[in-house]
Formats: sequence, structure tokens, C-alpha cells
Amino acid sequence: MLHCDNLIKRYSDQTVVRDLTFDIQPGECVGIIGPNGAGKTTTIRMCLGLTPPDSGSVRYTQADGTQQQMPADALSIKQSMGVVSQMDTLDPDFSCADNIRIYGRYFGLSNAELDRRIPELLDFAVLSHKAKARPGDLSGGMKRRLSLARALVNGPRLLLLDEPTTGLDPQARHLMWERLQALVQSGTSILLTTHFMDEAERLCHRLLVLDHGQKIAEGTPRQLIQDHIEPEVVEIYGAGATEEAHDLFAHLAQRIERSGETLFLYARDATQINQELSRHPQWRTLHRPANLEDVFLKLTGRQIREDA
Amino acid sequence: MNTTTQAHTTDMRTPSQSPWRAPQITRRFFPVFWRNFMVWRTLAIPSLVGNIAEPLIWLVAFGYGMGALVGEVTYQGTTVPYILFLASGSICMSAMNAATFEGLYSAFSRMHVQKTWDGIMNAPVNLDSILFAEMLWASFKALFTVTAIMGVMLALSISHSPKLLLAWPILWGTGIVFACIALIFNALAKGYDFFTYYFTLFLTPMMFLSGVFFPLDQLPPWVMAIAQWLPLNHAVALVRPLFMDQWPTDIGLHLGTLAAYAVLGFWIALALTRRRFKQ
Repeated sequence: MLHCDNLIKRYSDQTVVRDLTFDIQPGECVGIIGPNGAGKTTTIRMCLGLTPPDSGSVRYTQADGTQQQMPADALSIKQSMGVVSQMDTLDPDFSCADNIRIYGRYFGLSNAELDRRIPELLDFAVLSHKAKARPGDLSGGMKRRLSLARALVNGPRLLLLDEPTTGLDPQARHLMWERLQALVQSGTSILLTTHFMDEAERLCHRLLVLDHGQKIAEGTPRQLIQDHIEPEVVEIYGAGATEEAHDLFAHLAQRIERSGETLFLYARDATQINQELSRHPQWRTLHRPANLEDVFLKLTGRQIREDA
Repeated sequence: MNTTTQAHTTDMRTPSQSPWRAPQITRRFFPVFWRNFMVWRTLAIPSLVGNIAEPLIWLVAFGYGMGALVGEVTYQGTTVPYILFLASGSICMSAMNAATFEGLYSAFSRMHVQKTWDGIMNAPVNLDSILFAEMLWASFKALFTVTAIMGVMLALSISHSPKLLLAWPILWGTGIVFACIALIFNALAKGYDFFTYYFTLFLTPMMFLSGVFFPLDQLPPWVMAIAQWLPLNHAVALVRPLFMDQWPTDIGLHLGTLAAYAVLGFWIALALTRRRFKQ
């Protein structure tokens, strides 16, 4: 329903999105993962028609099959879109219920329609008991759920979420995930950006890995793990582990990575590594299956980004 | 052939990206205006008291205080009590101040601090409509303020001219002019401190050069020449005779100048705001 073709965006002399192509099918949840500065937010802004791409196109297929394009048809496309942005844009002067009501008016919804929808949306966001509270009195998780409820006021076909759970505690994050999963089950398409791999793995049918504005991998979370990384990981920590263990295990692991005082051994089968490790009780070790974070770090590197 | 046609169609549908392109205001500006009204409604009384207290203090202190010293003033050949002279000028100043404060501090809070505009633009409302709504809202703040002040002036029997009814839309127009100009500075601001420049370098000198407190013809010719270009001067030239139950002269010139300030001001504000939002 949303097709981005060969998007390029430059700000002054810096290219922030380079030749990005992807699409979202109806009912699909697509995630864009990437380190800070990878171009995730700029991509979302182009999908919303808030920033025109320097070249390439963002096309949208309406429910009736009409083809439209950003940013020319932005207002018509946004009529069936919902957005939760990274920053909080709630109205501090209105109650939760009125935040939704005022927002619904931007979509041209009538008061009668809003009277019906507001209690449903507050209930969905687990905020019925806070209907009269102002955003300033809400916790971070509640504010984010209110932003989600507000974004759903027009019953959107496509939801765009920019880092929906950044800054939330685990309880709030799990509740947010549960709500988003309910939306996907009910047929809403979602495009989300995140740098939490567990979030991407749990919510998304398909993932794009973005770095320096470029798509460097695409696939289902499972596919990405299969295609890009050895299935088993052994982490070794402790004084001298990085030097000594590196020499000991170099021939047993398919790939070795070092980060500070930790050694990561990536192997198709870690049995031999574990046998050898039992002779070195001075090291702390962790044997686990490879996950999306390993893929992400392999593809985008372990170095800290400038704006991180 | 087919490809060429398709490329051409795409080009036609891509809107101009120049920030100076024509405004595209849709009727969805109204919910944005309504939003600002709903916020104001809860704080209307303290807000209005604040807006009218200052001009009334000026009026009482200068009108009755200075008025006792000055007595009467000759304006366009007619002698009037100083308080009437001052009241008709200071109400224009109040329209200017009310619209300016809303277009600077309040609009900046919504645009930059609270990110209200960003939230609205995620809905089917474009930046042009938001800016138009802000402009209209700031002018309405001026209208509310001058209405309250006019009520007090009527109660104080400063003027009972039936032509005051005509001063009312002109004062609203004055609000529109200064709202448009304020939004230019709003678009350029990095923080609230920036607005101090606008007040000290533009509004305060304009206040003294627009015949609010004293007739302009006492000023040196070169200062009068500058004053001819100031929008507040043209607002005062229209409103003051109406307070005196007379008809203004050069109506076309004054209305035309105010309209030019409004149109150009809004256009520049829109271009700078689009640039700020990288649209």
C-alpha cells in the first residue's frame, strides 16, 4: 500500500538517505532498524510528505485502489494514516479526552463521531481512568499510549511509528507492544523505526536494516539471522580473556569479535568451544543462540555513532 | 513514448518546492484556530485583564496626568481633549501589542516548544493552513482586547461617536497586519530572547513615531518622512478621526498601506516558516 522507490535526500552537502527502496503490504508490520543518524526519521518524514525527497517517489494505494503520491496528495493520504512521532506533541492544555477530540477535528470528524470514538480509544490505550487528566500528569508510558490513541482517531489503514517505545520502562514497553500487536491482528499496517532489536523481532514481519542512509539488508527477523550470522554465540569475559582466549579459540569459531573486555565467538556448532572452556573456570562465559542484535552489530559495526 | 508521458505526468504532480510558492490554505485551518480558541477560553478572563490593564494604566496616567498639563490638542484642524487624542491612538497600540505577543511568544511556544504544529502536520493539515490559523487567531486576540478596551472607554465617556463601529474592523485589520509581521520574526527565532530585538528596535520606536502620544507634525521633517511608512501610523490615521466623530482622509492610502503590509508580511512569514520546516 506504501511504495518508496529510490528515495534520495540531502541536507546541504550531506546525503542522509541514499537510494532507498521498500514497500509495505496491507496488514504488514515493517520495521526500519538502524543506528542513530542512519536516516530513519528522515525516511518517515518523506513517507509523510513533510520533506520532499530530492529524487525518488513515495506512492500510496488507497483502499479503493486509487494511486496517490507524496507530497502532492499528502492531505488526502494522511486522511487514512496515523502517526506517532518520536517527540511528544500532545497538547499540555487539554485533558486526554480533549487531546483526542481536538486531534479528531483536524481530520474533519464530527462531534457525534468523536463522542463515540473517544471512550473506545481511551479504553484501547488503557487510559479510561485518566480521561480528564492532562498530559503533564501522565507517566511516559501513558503519554505514549495517548499519542497512539490520538493517532488512531481516524481509524487509519497505515500507522507510522517513530521509535514508539524509546524511554519507556519494561512494563510500559510490553503494554505498548501488546497494543501494537492487537492493531496488526486487526489488519492495520504498521511502519515503525526502532533501535531495539527485541522490539523489531517481536513486532515486525519484515525488517530493513539502514546504515548511513542505505538499506544494507532486508528480510524477516529469522531470515536475517539465518543469512547473516552463525547460529551460536559464546561470550567470554574476564581479565586477559580477549587476548588469551582469542588465540585458544580462533580455530574453533567461524568468526570472532572483540568489544572492550568481551570476546564474542560466533560458531555453527559451539560444542567444542564449550568443552575447551570447561578447562578455564577463571573466565565468565555465556552460551546463547545468535539473535537479531548480533546481526545488527555485524552489519552496522560496534563503534559508537557521533550523535549517540 | 509511454515512459516519457509517465515522467511528464509525475513532474506535473510534484508541487513547486520554492518557499515563495503561492499559499495553499485549506478549510482545515479552522480546527487549528478552534484549538487555540479552546485553550484561550479556559484562561480568557485573566488573559483579557492582562491585555487591557496595561493600556488602561497608560490611558489613566497619561490621559488624566499629562492631559491636565496639555489640556487640548489640535488634530487635523480640530481641537480635542488630550485624553480623546491619546485613547484613539493607544487603542491602535493595544491592537498591535496583543497581536504581536500572540504571534511571537504564544505562536513560538506552539511551534517550537510544545511541537504542537508538528503534531498537527501529522494530520491532514498543511503548514500553510496552520500559519494562516495562527495569523487569524493572533488578530482575534487583538479584536478581543480592543473590544474590551472600547467597552471601558465607552464607560468612561471618552468617546460616544457612532463611527466607533467602523473603528472596530479597522482595529481587527491592524491586528492582522501586526500578526503577519510578528510571524516573520517567529519564523526566524531561535529562542524567546530574539523577540526583545523586535520590541526594542521596531515596536517601541514605531509607537513614538505613529502619533499615538503626540501629533506627528511637531517632529522634524525627516522623522515625519519615516513615519509615513509605519503601519501603526496608518492605523492611527484611520481610527482617530472615527473617535472624534469625523471621517478619515486618504482612506485609500491608509487601507492600501495596511493591506500591503498584511499581504507581504504573511507571504514573507510563510516562506520563512516553510524554510524553517524544510518544506
